Amino acid sequence: MCLGIPGKVIEIDDTPLMRMGKVDFGGIVREVCLGYVPEVELGDYVIVHAGFAISQLDETEAFETIRLMQEVGMLGEEATPV
Amino acid sequence: MSLESILAQFRDPDAARALAAAIRTRSTRPARLMEFCGGHTHAILRFGIPSLLPETVDLRSGPGCPVCVTAAGDLDRAIALAQVPDVILTTFGDMIRVPGSRLSLAQAKAQGADVRVVYSPLDALRIAQETPARPVIFLGVGFETTAPMVASTVLAAEAAGVRNFTVFSTHKLTPPATRAILAAGEVALDGIIGPGHVTTVIGAAAWRFLPQEYAIPCAIAGFEPLDLLRAILSLVEMVEQGRADVTNTYARSVRLEGNAPALAALERVFEVADVEWRGFGVVPASGLALREAYARFDAARAFPVDVPPAKELPGCRCGEVLRGVLLPTECALFARVCTPQNPTGPCMVSAEGACAAYYRYGERI
Ligand code: SF4
Repeated sequence: MCLGIPGKVIEIDDTPLMRMGKVDFGGIVREVCLGYVPEVELGDYVIVHAGFAISQLDETEAFETIRLMQEVGMLGEEATPV
Repeated sequence: MSLESILAQFRDPDAARALAAAIRTRSTRPARLMEFCGGHTHAILRFGIPSLLPETVDLRSGPGCPVCVTAAGDLDRAIALAQVPDVILTTFGDMIRVPGSRLSLAQAKAQGADVRVVYSPLDALRIAQETPARPVIFLGVGFETTAPMVASTVLAAEAAGVRNFTVFSTHKLTPPATRAILAAGEVALDGIIGPGHVTTVIGAAAWRFLPQEYAIPCAIAGFEPLDLLRAILSLVEMVEQGRADVTNTYARSVRLEGNAPALAALERVFEVADVEWRGFGVVPASGLALREAYARFDAARAFPVDVPPAKELPGCRCGEVLRGVLLPTECALFARVCTPQNPTGPCMVSAEGACAAYYRYGERI
C-alpha cells in the first residue's frame, strides 16, 4: 500500500485544480498529481504513490550514498542522527 | 552516470555482501529489530536478507500492512456499503479478497454489488464524475502515505462541485501503533526500521519519540537491499554503542520535516480519532476521520448501515503476527490450510502481509 516508485517527470500541466503531469517509469508513462512537489521541474525524478508524487528524488543524496559505498566499501556507520 | 544506473546500484550484490559483512563484524549483542512496514518485510525476504545476517540480529515484521490491520467490523461495514442499492464501491486491489465476518468484497461483487478496483483515489473521483446519478464511495485504506491523497481527492471533489462522491475512511497513523506495541511490552525490541514512504510524508522528526521516550533507536529505510542493510547496520551500531537516535538512511526521499503540502491536505480534511486495529483493539488517537466541515463527503454519515457484530476468522492468528509476537510459520494454518490462493486471513491476502511474504519467499528463510 505504501509502495512508491521512482520515475522521471516528462510533462507538467498546471491545471487550475491541481498540478498534474506525466511520469515515465522506465517506459511506462502515467498521469500523476504533482501538487505535493511544487518545486519539481521537467526532467526531475519523483517517487510516486497511488497517483501522487510524494517526494522529489534527491539525486545528490543518491549519488553520494553510492559514492561513499564504493569508497568505504560499506554504508550505515556514517548515517548521522537527525 | 544516469540516475537510473545509480538506482540500480542499490541492488548491487557485491555491495550488499560488503554491508552484510560489516554487520556481522559489528554485531556482538542480540538485536531484535522490527520493520514496521509490510513493504519492508517483503523486500527483506525477497532479497534473502535474513540469510546474510548474523544470529544476533533477529528481524520481526510489524503492523505496517494497512489491509491487515483493518478491523473486521470496518470491513463488514464497507461490504454493507457496497450492497446499498446503486452504490459503486471503489478501493485498492488488496482489499477485495480479504475475508470479512460473513463474506469478502469479492463475494459481494459476485452477488451483484458494484465493486471496482482503482489505482488512485483520483480514479474513484473520475468514476463519480462519469456516473453522476449513482453514489460512488471510496474505501480509504492506508497510513499517512495514502491519507493525503484521499484528502486531496475530497478537496478536488469539493472544488469541482461533485455531489455523489464520498469516502469511507479507515485511515490509520503509524506512530501510535508503534507506541502500542512498545507499551504492551509483549515483545522486547532493540530497534525499529522506520517506514520509508510514511516518513517521506510525516518527516523523520516524527520518530524522535522512540529514542526520547523509549530509548529505542530508529533507522528510516528505503526499499532496496542496500537501503535495508544500511538501516540494519546503523541500528546494530547504535545497539552496540548503547545509543538511541533516529537515523535516516533513505535521505534521497525522506526529509526531516516531511512533505508540507501533503500534510496540509491531510490536516485540512481529516482529524485524529480513536480507531480499532485488527490485533490491537481500539488505539487512542490512531486514526483519521473526516472533519465536520467535510461531513458531506463522509460515507459513514451519508449511508448509515447496520452490521451485526464482527466474527473472528477461526484459527487465524493475524493479530499476533501484526504485533510481532508470532511468526507466520508458527500459525497452525500457515501453508497447510491458509495459502495465497485460498487465504484464511488478511495477512495472507495482502501483497504487504507477513504471511504472504513468508509463504512466497519461504525457501530463503
Ligand atoms: S497463516 Fe493465514 S490463518 Fe495463519 S495468521 Fe497468517 S493469515 Fe491468519
